[in-house]
Amino acid sequence: MVKEKNRAEKAISYKKPENNSHNILKLNSMSQLSDVRMETKKLSVQYGDHYGVKDVSIPVYNKQVTALIGPSGCGKTTFLRALNRMHELNRNIKVSGEVLLDGENIYGDKVNPVIIRRKIGMVFQKPTPFPIMSIFDNVVAGLKLTGTRDKRYLNEVCEKALSQAALFNEVKDRLNTPGGKLSGGQQQRLSIARALAIEPEVILMDEPTSSLDPLSSMKIEELINELKEKYSIVIVTHNMQQASRVSDTTAFFYMGELIEYDSTNKIFTNPENRKTENYITGKFG
Amino acid sequence: MCSYKKTEKSLLQRKIHDKFMVALLMISTIVVMTPLIIIVGYVVYNGIGAINADFFTQELGSPTRAIQGRPTGLVHTMVGTAVVDLLALIISAPVGIGAGIMLSEYPDHKLNPFLRIMNDTLNGMPAILKGLLAFAVIVKPMGSFSGLAGGVALAFVMIPIIARSTESALMNIPWSIREAGLAIGLPRWRVVLSTVIPAARTGLVTGFLIAFARAAGEAAPLLFTSFGNNYLPNHWTGMIFGPVDTLPQRLYSLAISPYKEWHSMGWAAGIVLLSFVIILFVISRLLTKQKH
Ligand SMILES: Nc1ncnc2c1ncn2[C@@H]1O[C@H](COP(=O)(O)OP(=O)(O)OP(=O)(O)O)[C@@H](O)[C@H]1O
Ligand SMILES: [Mg+2]
Repeated sequence: MVKEKNRAEKAISYKKPENNSHNILKLNSMSQLSDVRMETKKLSVQYGDHYGVKDVSIPVYNKQVTALIGPSGCGKTTFLRALNRMHELNRNIKVSGEVLLDGENIYGDKVNPVIIRRKIGMVFQKPTPFPIMSIFDNVVAGLKLTGTRDKRYLNEVCEKALSQAALFNEVKDRLNTPGGKLSGGQQQRLSIARALAIEPEVILMDEPTSSLDPLSSMKIEELINELKEKYSIVIVTHNMQQASRVSDTTAFFYMGELIEYDSTNKIFTNPENRKTENYITGKFG
Repeated sequence: MCSYKKTEKSLLQRKIHDKFMVALLMISTIVVMTPLIIIVGYVVYNGIGAINADFFTQELGSPTRAIQGRPTGLVHTMVGTAVVDLLALIISAPVGIGAGIMLSEYPDHKLNPFLRIMNDTLNGMPAILKGLLAFAVIVKPMGSFSGLAGGVALAFVMIPIIARSTESALMNIPWSIREAGLAIGLPRWRVVLSTVIPAARTGLVTGFLIAFARAAGEAAPLLFTSFGNNYLPNHWTGMIFGPVDTLPQRLYSLAISPYKEWHSMGWAAGIVLLSFVIILFVISRLLTKQKH
């Protein structure tokens, strides 16, 4: 545990040189924490007696992409869902530890999970369109159903979000057809557009490209690069190339525990831990 | 070679086996269908003669009307049935749907085990007791048999059926839809109202129609609630707050009457009731089919 904490601290001080040179200057003059958007502290999630995730402490930097990697069943989804209180629906799941957003524990007594989820958006592992709602209504559901009526504004948001998710051209002539009638990959991009439409500050993405063709995947990666100008992103991926392409920092999970967290560069070129090395070189997982 | 022959033989065996099973299924289908056809045929045969313009436009009045061949009919019964059934719908819909939503969407709620027991008990309770219950809570305090009491009694029949069908229709919607709703910052109630319920709407309506068809055919709960009436009340308030006629109860009282003219009217009432229930079931069937 102590070792992990040290590593996390090391990672905090690390900054990628090329697009963060201004951050380095800032780092020298300001508190390091100002660049941490979210942070988990000894976060554990229990399914009954079984730990899905155990004692994980990592930061999520502002305007950076954090990748979560690890073999199937290691707890990536479980961890991600704990970051916007998504486990709450199930009474048998117990979350302990802290998740800080801008220094405040989102599991605090007075915190409203609805507000938290508006700030921390999520794209699920499986596409989840509202099946009989139109494509348009799907995209703007988060706005329309919370009282935004302005049709022109909704139209703008819809077009922007669909374009960002690389779906607009395919569906622009049939925005009134049900979301459930799209193909699997289109549904996934619709789910991405829906998450973007509410303009969250942090976006959690659980294998967003696993059901997409290479071209759409590339567009989503471009989108991620674009989004990080404004937002913080946490992405789960099984694709090592993707992780190394899009992320700034990477966390490697194994059997519910955080094995290593560091800059993506370091993880992929010179990992400290043997298990990490084996995983990224394809020796297991 | 040997094994080749063996396969062929077993193929033949399988074909015979298959034919036999299909024949068995056909026979069981016929066995199930026969009583239905006999009932429908018998009701229509006995009642069709009493169906004429008067039947749909005149009140029943006293038995002498029928005996002397003066105009008589069941218009007051059909109007009364519409009023009582509508009251039952209005009362049972919010309660039944609410209970179903509660059971499906808030499974962790403290009150749910209690709610489930209540609902199961109500579901298993004989219809006549539901009439007695409505008698105790409406007729006694208000001092009169009434369409309202009949509506309440039928609502007791419908509520547990609607609650169960609502619950199962909502449970058919995957949890991921609810999570998707929460993830875009919708409150829980909004997720249920705007994403889960619309997605389940066919199932909800189907369950509702089945419950309605069940209740529409019940006579027992109406005997000492809406009670029956040979005439159409002068004013609609008279139907809600006074005794009113309904098809199943009228069918029963015509059937046990000593007049053969009334007997054939009873059969005719049976035709109307049967058509109504069959129409409800057909609509619900069509809706279910549409879903796929
Ligand atoms: N609802 C649940 N109830 C019980 N155990 C669960 C549940 N969801 C996940 N688990 C368990 O928690 C562990 C972590 O699962 P999780 O879904 O987080 O893995 P993952 O890293 O996302 O895997 P994948 O790459 O296959 O998506 C697994 O052992 C899994 O069996
Ligand atoms: Mg997963």
